[in-house]
Amino acid sequence: MIQFLLKRIGVVIPTFLGITVLAFALIHMIPGDPVLVMLGERNIDPVYYREAMHRMGLDLPLWQQYVNYLGRLLHGDLGTSLISQTPVLEEFRALFPATLELSLAAMVFAVVFGLAAGIMAAVKRGTVVDHTVMGAALTGYSMPIFWWGLILIMLVSVHLGWTPVSGRLDIEYDIAPVTGLMLIDTLISGEPGAFASALEHLILPAIVLGTIPLAVIARMTRSAMLEVLREDYIRTARAKGLSRSRVILKHALRNALMPVVTVIGLQVGTMLAGAVLTETIFSWPGIGKWLIDAIGRRDYPVVQGGILLVASMIILVNLLVDLLYGVINPRIRHAR
Amino acid sequence: MLLDIKNLAVTFGSGHDPFRAVSGVDLQVAPGEIVGIVGESGSGKSVTMLAAMGLIDAPGRVTADQLTFAGRDLLSMKSREKRAIIGAEISMIFQDAQSSLNPAYTVGDQLLETLAEHQNLKGAAARARALELLEQVEIPGARSRLSAYPHQLSGGMSQRVMIAMAIACNPKLLIADEPTTALDVTVQAQIMELLVSLQRSRDMALILITHDLAVVAEVAHRVAVMYAGEIVETAPVPQVFATPRHPYTQALLASIPEHSKGASRLNTLPGVVPGRYDRPSGCLLVPRCPYAEDACSRAHPELVLVGDAQARCIKPLDDEGKPRA
Ligand SMILES: Nc1ncnc2c1ncn2[C@@H]1O[C@H](COP(=O)(O)OP(=O)(O)O)[C@@H](O)[C@H]1O
Ligand code: SF4
Ligand SMILES: [Mg+2]
Repeated sequence: MIQFLLKRIGVVIPTFLGITVLAFALIHMIPGDPVLVMLGERNIDPVYYREAMHRMGLDLPLWQQYVNYLGRLLHGDLGTSLISQTPVLEEFRALFPATLELSLAAMVFAVVFGLAAGIMAAVKRGTVVDHTVMGAALTGYSMPIFWWGLILIMLVSVHLGWTPVSGRLDIEYDIAPVTGLMLIDTLISGEPGAFASALEHLILPAIVLGTIPLAVIARMTRSAMLEVLREDYIRTARAKGLSRSRVILKHALRNALMPVVTVIGLQVGTMLAGAVLTETIFSWPGIGKWLIDAIGRRDYPVVQGGILLVASMIILVNLLVDLLYGVINPRIRHAR
Repeated sequence: MLLDIKNLAVTFGSGHDPFRAVSGVDLQVAPGEIVGIVGESGSGKSVTMLAAMGLIDAPGRVTADQLTFAGRDLLSMKSREKRAIIGAEISMIFQDAQSSLNPAYTVGDQLLETLAEHQNLKGAAARARALELLEQVEIPGARSRLSAYPHQLSGGMSQRVMIAMAIACNPKLLIADEPTTALDVTVQAQIMELLVSLQRSRDMALILITHDLAVVAEVAHRVAVMYAGEIVETAPVPQVFATPRHPYTQALLASIPEHSKGASRLNTLPGVVPGRYDRPSGCLLVPRCPYAEDACSRAHPELVLVGDAQARCIKPLDDEGKPRA
C-alpha cells in the first residue's frame, strides 16, 4: 500500500509542475503588454512603467521569472485581484465552500441515483426497466447544461414556484459562515427555516450539475455489473444460499465498483467545468462564477490563480480516487 | 432417498426452437453414497446439478416430474425455504476454484458469511469455527489464511477453501463439479483424498462429476454416464468397469489410459457430442456408434434394465462387450 501510495504521489508532482508552467505561461500568452495587463491601466508614464516592470520582476529572463513565480506559490502568494485588491487565495477561500457544497450535493445526487439506476438496469437486463433507464441516461448525457438549467428554472421555479431562482439563501436570513457550507451553517445557526431555504436553493443547481455525471455513472455501473454478474464467484455466492439482494449488493457491486469509482473520479473534472456554467445560471456565488466574472473584467491574477487552484483540486481529487481504488481492490493494494 | 430426481429437463433459449441441454434425467442418491457422473464436455453434467441447486437462470427453464431432497420438494418450494437448504444441507464446489472465490473479500469473510447466513454464528465463535474448518481441509497456517485474499492462494489452496465453505454447515450432500480438473496432477490426488476422507468421516453423500474414470473406479459406489443431455447408463461401480452395457460407456472405458486426466475428446469414438443443431433423431449416439444400424435411428431408445445396470440402447452389450443380436 505504501509503495502504491508513493507511486501515485510520484505521478502527481510532475503533473502539478506542468500546471504551474501553464498558469505561468497564461499571463504571457494574453494578447497585449503583460505590464499593462497586470496593472490594468493604459497610457502609463514610461518611468513608472519601467519601475513597475522591475517591481514585478518582468525584466528578468523568463526562467528566472518562473522560478520566482514558483517561490511565491510556495509561500501561498497567488497574486492580488486587480479589482478588489484582495489576495487571490483569500477570495478563493471565501468562495470555494459554495462550489464545494454545490459539487458535493451534485455528486451525491449523481452517485446515489446513478448507482441505483445502473444496478437496476443490469439486474433487469433487456426489460422495459433497462431500456428506460438507459434511454434516460443517454438523454441526460447529451443534455446541454445551460439549456437543461434554464428548462428546470422555467418549470420548477417559475411555473411551479417550488424552488427559488437564484442564490444560496433567502435574503431575510443572515447566517455567519462557520464551515462555509450553507446547509451546515444554517443548521448550526439554529434559525428556523434557514436550513430549508438553503436546501431549496441547492436542489435545482445540484440536479443540473449532477445530471451528466449521473448518466455516466449509470451507464458504467450497468456495464460493470453485467460483466461481474457472469463471474464464477457470483455462482458461488448464490450456491451459498444468499439472498438475491445480498448477492447483488455485496458480491457483485463491490467488484463492479472498481471501474465505477474511476469514472466518478474522472467526472470531478467535468463537474468543475459544469460548475462554471451552473453557477452562472443560478447566480451561485462560487469559484465558477468568480472565474467567469474575472475573465469578463480582465482580472488576470484572479484568472491565473483561480485556474491553478481549480486544476490542483482536480489533481487532488483524482489522487484520492486512486487511493480509494486501492482500498476497494485488494489486488492493487498488494501489488508490488 | 436423499436426492431424488425424475425426468429432469433443462431447456435454454425461447420461442419455437429451444435447446434441450438436459432431458429425461433420473438420478437417485442415497445418504452417504458416492455417485460419479461422467461424460464428455457438453454432455449436460453441470447443467443437471445446477438445476438441482436451483441455479439455472431464466431464460433457462427447469422441469421435472420430481425433484426432492430428503423428502422435500425443491421445485415447488419458496425461494426463501430453498435458500435455507442450499449452501447448508446441499452444497457445491466447482471446477475453477480460484475464480469461484470473490476477489474482493478475504477467505475469512467468505467463510464467516456462510456461517452467519445458515447458523447465525457470529463474532469469536464464528471465527473459531472458521479456523477449525480451514484446519479440517488441511490448509497449512490456517490462522494466517483467514485474512488472505483469493489472489494470494494457489489453485489447490483455493479449492480447499471452497471445500471448507461447502462443508461449513455439515451438508448431507456435496456436489463436486470437476473439482480437480483445473489443478496440477499431484494436487488433484490430494484434493480427491481430502474429499473422500471428509465424505467418510461425515457420512455425507457425494456427487462427483469428473472426466477421470480412474478416480470413479477408485472411490464411487455408482456411476451415471451422460451423453448429449441424457443418462445413457447407470450401474454400480464394479459392474460398469467389468461389463459396460452401453457402447458409449465402453468407448469411455477404452479411452482411460490416454485420458486419465481431463478428456474432452475420445480417441475411441470419432466425432464430438452433438450440439444444438446436429442432434440426430433416434439414438443420439448413431453418428459415432460402432454398432449402429438402421433400427437405431428409428426410435429414441429408453433406459432398459440389464442386470444391475440400466442402459439406453436397443441392443445393450453382453458380458463379452459385444452387442446382443
Ligand atoms: N446458460 C446456458 N445457456 C445456454 N446453453 C447452455 C447454458 N449452460 C449450458 N449450456 C449448454 O448445455 C450443454 C450442457 O452443458 P454442461 O452441463 O455445462 O456440460 P458438461 O457436461 O460439460 O458440464 C452444453 O451444450 C452447453 O453449451
Ligand atoms: S441404440 Fe444403436 S446407435 Fe445407440 S448406442 Fe445402441 S447400438 Fe449404438
Ligand atoms: Mg461442466
